[in-house]
Amino acid sequence: MPASQQNFDEIEQRYGVSRREFMAFCTGIAATMGLANSAAAQVAEAITKKERPSVIWLHHQECTGCTESMLRAEHPTLEKLILDVISLDYHETLFAAAGHQIEAARKAAQEKNKGKYLLVVEGAIPMKDGGIYCKIGGQTSLELTREAAAGAAAIIALGSCASWGGMPSTPPNPTGSVGVAEALGRKDILSIPGCPSNPYNFLACVVHFLTFGKLPPLDSQGRPLFAYSRLIHENCERRAHFDAGRFALEFGDEGHRKGYCLYKLGCKGPETYANCSIVQFGDVGMQSWPVGMGHPCIGCSEKGIGFTKPIHALADLKNQRPPVGYARVNEEQGTGLNSAGVAVVSGVVGAAVGAGAMLTKKLSALEGSQKSGENRQE
Amino acid sequence: MTDIPIRPSIRRRHEAIGGKLVSRLTIALSLLVGIALFFLYQRFVYGLGAVTNINNGYPWGIWVVWDVIIATGFACGGYAMALLVYILNRGEFHPMIRSALTASVFGYSLGGLSVLIDLGRYWNFWHILSPSYFNPGSVMFEVAACITLYIVVLWIEWFPTFLEWLGTRGIQKAFERMLFVFIGLGVLLPSMHQSSLGSLLIAMGYQVHPLWQTPFLPILFLMTALCMGYAVVIFEATLAAVGFARDVREELPLLEKLGKVVASVLLMFMVLRFADIIDRGQTGRLTEGNLQTAMFWIETVLFAFPIAAFSFGSGQSRMSRLFPAAASMLAGAVLYRIDAFLVAYNSPTHWHYFPSAPEILVTLGVIAIEVLAYIVFVKKFPILPGHEYR
Amino acid sequence: MSCNRRDFMRGGLGGAAAAAACATLGASPAEARENKKVPGNAIGLLYDSTLCIGCKACMSACKTTNELPLDDNVGGKLWDTPFELSGKTYTVIKVYQDGTSVNKDQVKDGFAHIKRQCLHCIDPSCVSVCPVKAMTKNPETGIVSYNADACIGCRYCVAACPFHVPQFQYDTPFPRIAKCQLCKEELAKGDIPACAKVCPTGATLFGSYNALSKEIERRKDMKPGEANVFPRRTVDSGDTYERAAAHYTEEVYGAKALGGTQVRYLAGVPFDKFDLPVGLPERSYASQSESMQEALYSGLTVPAAAFAGLMLAAYFGTKNLHDDEEG
Repeated sequence: MPASQQNFDEIEQRYGVSRREFMAFCTGIAATMGLANSAAAQVAEAITKKERPSVIWLHHQECTGCTESMLRAEHPTLEKLILDVISLDYHETLFAAAGHQIEAARKAAQEKNKGKYLLVVEGAIPMKDGGIYCKIGGQTSLELTREAAAGAAAIIALGSCASWGGMPSTPPNPTGSVGVAEALGRKDILSIPGCPSNPYNFLACVVHFLTFGKLPPLDSQGRPLFAYSRLIHENCERRAHFDAGRFALEFGDEGHRKGYCLYKLGCKGPETYANCSIVQFGDVGMQSWPVGMGHPCIGCSEKGIGFTKPIHALADLKNQRPPVGYARVNEEQGTGLNSAGVAVVSGVVGAAVGAGAMLTKKLSALEGSQKSGENRQE
Repeated sequence: MTDIPIRPSIRRRHEAIGGKLVSRLTIALSLLVGIALFFLYQRFVYGLGAVTNINNGYPWGIWVVWDVIIATGFACGGYAMALLVYILNRGEFHPMIRSALTASVFGYSLGGLSVLIDLGRYWNFWHILSPSYFNPGSVMFEVAACITLYIVVLWIEWFPTFLEWLGTRGIQKAFERMLFVFIGLGVLLPSMHQSSLGSLLIAMGYQVHPLWQTPFLPILFLMTALCMGYAVVIFEATLAAVGFARDVREELPLLEKLGKVVASVLLMFMVLRFADIIDRGQTGRLTEGNLQTAMFWIETVLFAFPIAAFSFGSGQSRMSRLFPAAASMLAGAVLYRIDAFLVAYNSPTHWHYFPSAPEILVTLGVIAIEVLAYIVFVKKFPILPGHEYR
Repeated sequence: MSCNRRDFMRGGLGGAAAAAACATLGASPAEARENKKVPGNAIGLLYDSTLCIGCKACMSACKTTNELPLDDNVGGKLWDTPFELSGKTYTVIKVYQDGTSVNKDQVKDGFAHIKRQCLHCIDPSCVSVCPVKAMTKNPETGIVSYNADACIGCRYCVAACPFHVPQFQYDTPFPRIAKCQLCKEELAKGDIPACAKVCPTGATLFGSYNALSKEIERRKDMKPGEANVFPRRTVDSGDTYERAAAHYTEEVYGAKALGGTQVRYLAGVPFDKFDLPVGLPERSYASQSESMQEALYSGLTVPAAAFAGLMLAAYFGTKNLHDDEEG
């Protein structure tokens, strides 16, 4: 059912955006997820619903960078939009309330929307020593998460910390930090790693949930395929330099200034699955992502790479089939049998054989005549 | 010279056969030369790749294999006859030596000149003769230096013909008396470089198919060179018989004898070749279903036919038997050299080569020059044995 | 008397012929030339296919350093896309692929890179066959270099090189042979070859022949999968990084074949997969060819003896003929 005129009017009132801008946003979200154009209508329909789903947003061991970057998403009035599309019932950073009041609000929302609300977890969960290293309102992160997860329709682990432990889990990992999925022992958790995670990936997932009532397809690590199925390297704007063998060897050298590939500076693009090279960051225009700015990718979203492998260390090329353009070991070259050459050769050989045969005949004839001549002489 | 029967009738002096120079044949040949000159212009302005199909997988094409390696084989008549007449002291063949020598002079001179066409940096060719550049370990050095020297020697050997044409009998006699030095060289140098043409392949190692690659390559090449020399004399004599309408009846017994020489050398060649293949344990290659094996057997058949034809049978149809046998021998030798350098040359990097039409036309042009020059010379200079005309 | 004379001459000739024949067969191993030895201060490269990521930095740097033109095989003149070494290309990274080609350094369903370039043979065929010493091997460093000023363009080096390295320029009226000379100009400036200098993973590593031999042994001793330190640029540059060692095949390419080479390869898949010649004898073709030439022409004794015999024979041969003609 298409979004009605009335709905759009309402939107204009509610959010202060034009209908055109709103449809552009919906189409953009659909595109981020790799959905067909027609899905934009469904997205618009879902967003304009009067009843907004409840969202509970937990923070554990983290820097709040994911929230901050979300707030700075700069599509037209986006934060307004998203905060009005959903009913944010618990968020420690954004809530004016504090202390027991906010904890009560969370509990109330959990109770009221049981089985329907969306749980967003930001930050890693410490497991060592009973999880005492992160407590909110007297409850450990693990307890809080378990409690909230029990009644959640879907769980989104936002950022690398929540996805796989992130920075807090960097060896030696003194607090035993792990991601949400590992802490809860569940596989159905959508994770959007990244430090910070890309807000549009998150928004796309939320809107997908709102539109279709389920999470988008995930890979084996719970990451949405639309964003994490390709290596950064595959769509990197500097890829042409990699293929051509042009590398920055040091920061500030000629190659670096010319925008050559950063692989030799330790770029983890070839082993990091994320769509940074396509979606980019911060909405300030082209090249607004680390590699675009001249810094190698540190693989922040990839477990075992970001915060684990030294930034200058070389990446292993993952799942990197050799490009089609590479010379194979057995390239066929040179001109073999060619019609003109064969024609001339067969012409010459034919003429030679023919002439030879004719000559032999002539010689026989000659011998015959000479023989008769001899006979006459005799 | 009591033990060698010499027919007085063929002891006559050499004669120029005279006649018009412009004929249908010479016009056709000149046309071929013109076409070749056009492509040569392209080659020298745009580079070898503009005309030839040679490439880095097959750096040597027919300009090397035909114009030098095969053409000098064809031009071994002078060498082979000199060996027979002067060294093995078969004086009865003396009348045939001058025509053979003339063919050799052109064959080698043009072979040497066509090297310049094929050399990428031809303006440096003189390095071959400049001691500071000598690399005595290189087979190519030996081949190049030897051929260059031999061309000079050939012209010296041929010089009496010119003197005779001038009519300076005294100078000619004096010159001929000191000719033995050059005859010695004229037998030594071809023995060296004709065998070395085979040695060229030894450094190529595994790249040459085992049916051809053998330490006996120099001897095998020398044997084919000798056979080619005698076969060419037979071939040319019969050609001249038809082409210039000459009566060669008196030469026939000599040609028959040459045929016998070819047959025996060729037989040794075949025995050595097969014994070597067996010795190197490559007999399995003889039954493989590939181009190389097929070419090997074609060669073998082309060599086997002249052995039979030259050895057996005599009597009436001698020329019509000698001619195909000589032609078959030459075809076999041509194929042997083409095979050794091109068909047996296995390029490991998946390269292909077949000569382009312009490339072949240049080679045809070189052959045309050779034939033209031969026609002009036998018509103007005393080269062919003197005979009555029919 | 004439009979005696002829017999004498034939005997002499036969002797010369026999001597020539013996010399041709060449081949008493005692007098044959041995393979050449590694020069005193030999330098070289080690190319480790398991470290190579196929980034072609070496190809790019090689072109820049040697001022080589674009080698465009796909059209458009946009990319340097050499298929092989060529008149415009001194080094090329080629790829072996099988099936789905997802596993690096595996034969089945895998892929692996190989760097083609001059291997700087210890006993190079090109140096041996060049008629005018245009190809030379530096007696100190062992670099095989090319001197266009001497070259006559006969392309024997192209034909004879067992690794198909020297490349002739067919598309110009003033051609040269193109081949890697280990950036000898850069070395003279105290720098290292461009390909080793830019290689991001140390897959192409520069060093002295002996240091590289030790490095090869070290790598062969590594346990596959175990973290190891790998140098970049040169063996002792100090520019190192850590990564898991790969599984190496038994063969070290260029260790022994045809007398060995100063550029050597390590790889994770057998070298025949790269279409490189394998199973070559240890005796160099150069030594075989030169032994034969030396046996025949060393000091020109055999040709001189043969010449003397031939000249003598020719003297009497022609004398007879002149006598006959006059008589």
